[in-house]
Amino acid sequence: MREQVVMNAEAIERHLKRMAREVLERARGGDLAIVGIRRGGVHLAKRLRFDLAQASGKEVPLGTLDIALYRDDLSERPNAPVVGPTDIQFSVTGKTIVLVDDVLYTGRTVRAALDELVDFGRPRRVLLVVLVDRGGRELPIAPDVVGAQLEVPEPEQVEVRLVEEGAGVDEVIVRTRGQA
Amino acid sequence: MNDETLFIEGGRVIDPSAGTDGVRTVVVRGGRIAEVSERVDKPRDARTLDARGRWVVPGFIDLHAHLREPGQEYKETVESGARAALAGGFTAVCSMPNTYPPNDNASVTELVLARAAAARMARVYPVGCISRALKGEELAEYGELKEAGCVALSDDGRPVMSSALMRRALEYARAFDLPVTVHEEDLALVGKGVMHEGKTSTRLGLLGAPAAAEEVMVLRDIALAELTGGRLHVAHLSCAGSVRAVREAKRRGLAVTAEVTPHHLALCDEDVARSGYDSCFKMNPPLRSTEDVRAVREALAEGTIDCVATDHAPHSLVEKEVEFDLAANGVVGLETAFAVCLTLVREGVLSERRLVEALTSAPARTFRLPGGTLARNAPADVAILDPVRSWRCEPERFQSKGRNSPWKGALLTGRCTQALVGGRIAYELTEGER
Amino acid sequence: MIGRHRHLIGLEDLSREEILLVLALATSMKEVLRRPLKKVPTLRGKAVVNLFFEASTRTRTSFETAAKILSADAVNWTASSSSVSKGETLLDTARNIEAMRPDLLVIRHPAGGAPRFIADRVGCSVVSAGDGAHEHPSQGLLDMYTLAEHFTRNSGGAKDGAPDFATLSGRTVTIVGDVTHSRVARSNLHGLLKLGARVRVCGPPTMIPPGIEALGASVYYHLRPAVEGADAVMMLRIQHERIGDPLLPGTREYSKIWGLNEKKVNEWLSPSCAILHPGPINRGVELSPEVADGPRSVILEQVENGVAVRMAILYLLAGAAPAEPAEGAARA
Repeated sequence: MREQVVMNAEAIERHLKRMAREVLERARGGDLAIVGIRRGGVHLAKRLRFDLAQASGKEVPLGTLDIALYRDDLSERPNAPVVGPTDIQFSVTGKTIVLVDDVLYTGRTVRAALDELVDFGRPRRVLLVVLVDRGGRELPIAPDVVGAQLEVPEPEQVEVRLVEEGAGVDEVIVRTRGQA
Repeated sequence: MNDETLFIEGGRVIDPSAGTDGVRTVVVRGGRIAEVSERVDKPRDARTLDARGRWVVPGFIDLHAHLREPGQEYKETVESGARAALAGGFTAVCSMPNTYPPNDNASVTELVLARAAAARMARVYPVGCISRALKGEELAEYGELKEAGCVALSDDGRPVMSSALMRRALEYARAFDLPVTVHEEDLALVGKGVMHEGKTSTRLGLLGAPAAAEEVMVLRDIALAELTGGRLHVAHLSCAGSVRAVREAKRRGLAVTAEVTPHHLALCDEDVARSGYDSCFKMNPPLRSTEDVRAVREALAEGTIDCVATDHAPHSLVEKEVEFDLAANGVVGLETAFAVCLTLVREGVLSERRLVEALTSAPARTFRLPGGTLARNAPADVAILDPVRSWRCEPERFQSKGRNSPWKGALLTGRCTQALVGGRIAYELTEGER
Repeated sequence: MIGRHRHLIGLEDLSREEILLVLALATSMKEVLRRPLKKVPTLRGKAVVNLFFEASTRTRTSFETAAKILSADAVNWTASSSSVSKGETLLDTARNIEAMRPDLLVIRHPAGGAPRFIADRVGCSVVSAGDGAHEHPSQGLLDMYTLAEHFTRNSGGAKDGAPDFATLSGRTVTIVGDVTHSRVARSNLHGLLKLGARVRVCGPPTMIPPGIEALGASVYYHLRPAVEGADAVMMLRIQHERIGDPLLPGTREYSKIWGLNEKKVNEWLSPSCAILHPGPINRGVELSPEVADGPRSVILEQVENGVAVRMAILYLLAGAAPAEPAEGAARA
């Protein structure tokens, strides 16, 4: 039952700044908007937006997506999962959407997020930005901008903790599945 | 005349609401009772009314009279009825709604009040219908009736046969705090009966209506009063079974009250025979057996029956001067009530105080009406009665248009000599009247 | 599941937390309603059957809309159109429908207890859309949602636009009308008391049922004292003719004494007092047109929130693995 820190606060900040610059390059001048996937992508999206503003001088619109209503595993769960708020106040059509999540694993969350996103309109492009890509894909989903790539075997969990969510320090940890 | 002070002197003041019984002076000022006491400072040129040898009591209140207007003015009008009331010592009378049209709306209520105001005789308190058009099917608009001035609700003349309607009536009336006064007879049991079913009806060969017809409805409505919390008043209670039911209801603390007529206190079914099938002895509920008469007398004396109400029901010759079977039900009673009830005092059935109470404070309390008292500041509604004055009852000389009285030709004792309404002498027995 | 419940039969059965679960979820569902594309794939492939033994266009349409937004298949079955008139019993009808494997039954029936009767005998989840005078849980929930929305807005608004259901605590809500025959009144009474509100009922004495005080309501026969000081007034529809039971002398006197018109509203209600009505409105009887369309009225919000609340209910009861059949339920 061990927890191992694989990324500390300073590294997280460094990655985010670099990811912001990469997003701007990949965006090729498109009309940007950031959407964070609840719950892990919400605060990262906010930080990325700040870093993007620092790098480009422009503040882009920010939205939140809750994917509970788009999950593909509802029938297998005894209790319907909690549905949080989706909040997208801008038009999605024609924009380059920067879709942000903390950890990319099977790809199912992103699949649900994409389905939900296109129900809001027709983006010109979607750039997938994740802090950690831990492998283990079950669907053909690939990230566009990644903080760090980690090979994490099946029984272990990757968790991103941020002070905005109540953690003591910013850190990314790996631990054995099953621990509280 | 109202602002001048009037001193009523020398009379025996009986005011059960204050516990007064003795010679007092009653001072009337500004339309109200200013003072009732043994010794009063009186200016030398003050207006006085000499009441020596007479009773001075609060004006009587009749909870049950048929004034026949609108629609049957040939039998009685509000004015003639209000005048007849004063002649009997009644300064206030409740008029029943079985008029044409019936009093189930503000217009009829306002008409009755307007007639009474114009007549300037006794006060008239309209009673509204329980059911629309007295049909016994739908509720009337009690809110409108109360706002227009009705003090109670009744379908009198008819029973409310539908238990559902009676239940809803008692409930709905609660929102307006109106008592429901009920004419109790099960029509199916009464059938074609024209007098009380008993030995006398058998002897006379007339179809009878059993006392049980009244009793079953009284029992039903007491149960409904309990269910709904409504205020139930049993009109013209006439038999021993009803007395038992009301006594039990009161013992249990239910809001049930009752009235009895002078004729049910004084006459019985044998009087129909004695009269020779005289329709002046035909009314509904009919005159009952001697046992029933004894029961209602006891009940009145002990308070199970709260008050005396006349059920004054004038009819013309057309309705009454026919064979008994066909005659309309009802007798007049406003002008003879006091004398008839006084006989009960002489027979030891009632005390004088209880008699006055049954005609004054008890009816006022039952319907929550003003009056029935000579308390300071009460409206000066006063009756001055001569308890020993003999007079022959001659219906042709009645103030009422109705002549249908079972006491026609009889020598009666006890009469109203003056009646004040709001401090004004509204009626005075002139010496020409014997 | 709504907490421990596989069915939604009434609010009397739900705990405070279970009620809050549904209401909080309705907020998210309402956001979906406001999207340009009002559809989410959540209940795709699920069948929701509306089993209505009593006519109702608005409630049925609301449930149907909720189902369709969630991509469920909504099937409508109305009594008049079918087998009940041929003498089929309630149970046989439900079993026959169930044999077609719905995921959820929405039932409206004139007899109190009918949804419970069905729920105990079929395998799928059951939602009551109203049973006799007993309960109408989705209406009670949408009313509470609307009230919380209104109170939250009036106390300065919420941080993210979501209603704060704690605002119901300590409020006074007056329900006016035929309480005796109203399932809406009963559901609201149970729900509001659980969320800490105080409930007054008002109407002619013939329409106030015995024992309503024991359930927690204060009784008023007159409108003014009932609505003075209230934070919200809920007007019920009057049906003054019930065969064989003369409850009222007609709608004229009812409207005069217990109806709301502009004068009464301006003189007796505070400016922030909300006015609700479950619909359909008898204009001129319970409410004058000016009041129904006036500034305090939240009647249209009730309708919108109704879809969101019903989406939440369907999501919780149909959006999960099918549960084990009820104990003792005979399966063919």
